[in-house]
Amino acid sequence: MLDQAEGYTTADGRKIGGVVMEMKNITLKFGGVTAIKDISFDIREGEIRAIIGPNGAGKSSMLNVVSGFYVPQEGEVWYRGAPRPPMKPYEVARQGIARTFQNIALFEGMSVLDNVMTGRLTHMSAGIGAQAIWKGKAEAEETANREVAEKIIDFLEIQSIRKTPVARLPYGLKKRVELARALAAEPQLLLLDEPMAGMNVEEKEDMCRFVLDVNDEFGTTIALIEHDMGVVMDLSDRVVVMDYGKKIGDGTPDEVRANQEVIDAYLGVSHD
Amino acid sequence: MFYREAGDFSTTYSQDSQTFPIKFDRYRYYVVMAVAFLVVPFLINDYWANAVMLPFLIYAIAAIGLNILTGYCGQVSLGTGGFMAVGAYACYKLMTAMPDVNIFFHVILAGGITAIVGVLFGLPSLRIKGFYLAVATLAAQFFLVWLFNRVPWFYNYSASGQISSPERTVFGIPVTGANTDAWATYLFCLVFCAGSAIIARNLTRGSLGRTWMAIRDMDIAAEIIGVNPLRAKLTAFALSSFFVGVSGALFFSVYLGAVEVGEVFGINKSFLVLFMVIIGGLGSIFGSFAGAAFLVLLPVLLKLVGVDMLGWATDIVAHIQLVVVGLLIVVFLIMEPHGLAQLWRLAKEKLRLWPFPH
Repeated sequence: MLDQAEGYTTADGRKIGGVVMEMKNITLKFGGVTAIKDISFDIREGEIRAIIGPNGAGKSSMLNVVSGFYVPQEGEVWYRGAPRPPMKPYEVARQGIARTFQNIALFEGMSVLDNVMTGRLTHMSAGIGAQAIWKGKAEAEETANREVAEKIIDFLEIQSIRKTPVARLPYGLKKRVELARALAAEPQLLLLDEPMAGMNVEEKEDMCRFVLDVNDEFGTTIALIEHDMGVVMDLSDRVVVMDYGKKIGDGTPDEVRANQEVIDAYLGVSHD
Repeated sequence: MFYREAGDFSTTYSQDSQTFPIKFDRYRYYVVMAVAFLVVPFLINDYWANAVMLPFLIYAIAAIGLNILTGYCGQVSLGTGGFMAVGAYACYKLMTAMPDVNIFFHVILAGGITAIVGVLFGLPSLRIKGFYLAVATLAAQFFLVWLFNRVPWFYNYSASGQISSPERTVFGIPVTGANTDAWATYLFCLVFCAGSAIIARNLTRGSLGRTWMAIRDMDIAAEIIGVNPLRAKLTAFALSSFFVGVSGALFFSVYLGAVEVGEVFGINKSFLVLFMVIIGGLGSIFGSFAGAAFLVLLPVLLKLVGVDMLGWATDIVAHIQLVVVGLLIVVFLIMEPHGLAQLWRLAKEKLRLWPFPH
C-alpha cells in the first residue's frame, strides 16, 4: 500500500515523508485484561495521525505506550528506524516526543510563563553552581530559552496571561497552555490526548487552527486522539480506528468512513 | 500612590526575570540590605542580638532550606532538627580537628556534609510520598539525635556529652566562644543569611526551581516533559539540607555556644521550622523570612506584653504562646495556605491600584 521510505501526498497537496514511529504487533495487558491486542500502525513525518474509537477501546493506553508510560508485553516500538528499548518517560521526552493529557496536567502553582518554560527543560543544562549565582551559562540559557518560549506564547496567542497563575485560568485556556508547554519542547512528534474534549465550538475551532498551524509552520508530526468525528475527519491525514483493543480500520478519513467494521463499531450491530 | 509600576518597563528578558522586576521593590531591597549591613551593626546590643536578630537570621536560613524541600519540591520533611544537628556536629568536629582553618569555611563544609546526609535520607522519597515520606524523615530525625547522643566520637568523648564551641575569629575578631561582640556575631550570621537567600532565590527562579515545582505540582506531567524525578528530588534534598546544615552550624557555634543534642535539635525544632515555613508561606523565599521573624518575635512580644506590662506569671505566658502558635497554624492552614507571603502579595496587588480599585 504505502512505500516504507517514500511518503505520499495528501489531498491538500502536503508532502508526507517516511516513517517516524512504527508500532509492531503491540499487545498490552493489565493482569487478565487485554487493553491492546496485536496492533500495528505507523506514523509518518509531517502527517496528522488520528486514533479514534469508542470509549474503552484502548486509545489512551496506545498513547501511553508511545510516550513510554506503559511497556507492552509483546511487540516493539520503532522510532526513527530502530527499535526503542523500554524507557523511562523522561528519556522518551529527550528523544523529542511531547504530549498533552486528557485531563489537564498543568503545574497549577506556577505562572503560564513558567509552565511553558518547563517545556524547555530538556534544552537547559546549566550546572547548579552557575544557577546559584545566576551568571554565565545559567543567565544566557535562561534568556535564549525565554525567547523560544515567548515565540510559542505569541503563536498560541496567550501573551496577555503569561504572568497569570495557571490555577486562575478557564478550562479552554488551560488546554492551550498545555499545548504551549508541549510545543515549547520543540518536539519532533507531538501526542495530543483529546485536545478538544469539553470545549465549546469556538474553542474547538481555535484549537483546530492551532493544530493545523503547528503542523504547517513547525512541520511537527502529530498523533491525536479525539472523539469529535467532524474534527477528526477534517484535521487528520490518516486515521487508526480501535475497538476493544483491536485495530479495525486504518486509512484516510474517507476510507475509514466507508469501512463497514468501523460503522458497526460506532453505530452498533446486532449479533444474531 | 506608594507602590507604582507604571512607566517601569522591562526591555530585555533578563530584566524581566530578575528578582525584583519592579523598581520600587528593587530600591526597597537595596535599602533593607544597606540598613542591615551598615546601620544595624552600630545599634545592636547583646539583648537584641541574642533575643531577636541571631535567632531570626539563623532560623531564616533553616526555613529557606526547608522551603526549598517542602515549599518548592513538595517533599514533606520532619527531619529538620536532625539535619541541623548534623550541621552542628559537623561544624564542631571540623572546628576541633582543623583549628587553623577559618570558621567561615567550617560552616560551609558543615553544610556540605549535611547535604550528603540529606541525600541519603532523601533516597526513600523516590518511592514514597506525602505522609509516608514525612514518617521516613521522622525516622531520620530520631536516628540522628540518637547517633549524636550515643557515639562519643561525635562529642570528642567529653564527660558531659555536650559539645561547646571554642573561640574562633574572623579577621581577628572573635565570632564564637565567650568573648564575642554582638555586632560581630550578627554580621557573621547576616552574611550567611543574605548569601543563602540570594542563592536560594537564584536557584528557584531558574530551571532547577522549575524542575522542583513541576515535581511538586504534578510529578507525572513533570516526568513526561523530561524531568528526571530522581535528580530533581535528590538535588532538592541536597540543597535543602545544605542550608539547614549551615543554620545548624551557626545555631550551635555562634548562637548557643554549647549544645546538648536531644534538647536543642529534637523533634520540637523540626516542627518549629515547619511552622515557620507554613506561616510564612510555602514556596516563597520572602515567606521564610516572614515566618522566621514571626515565630521569633512572637515569644518576645508576648513576654513584653504579658510579663512586663500585664504582670502575668512567666509560665502562663509560655502556655499562651503555645496556644497562640497552634491557633495560628490552624487559621493559616484554613484561611491562607500560602501564608504571610501571600498576604503580602495581595497587599501589594491592592496597593498597586490604590486608591482607585479599578
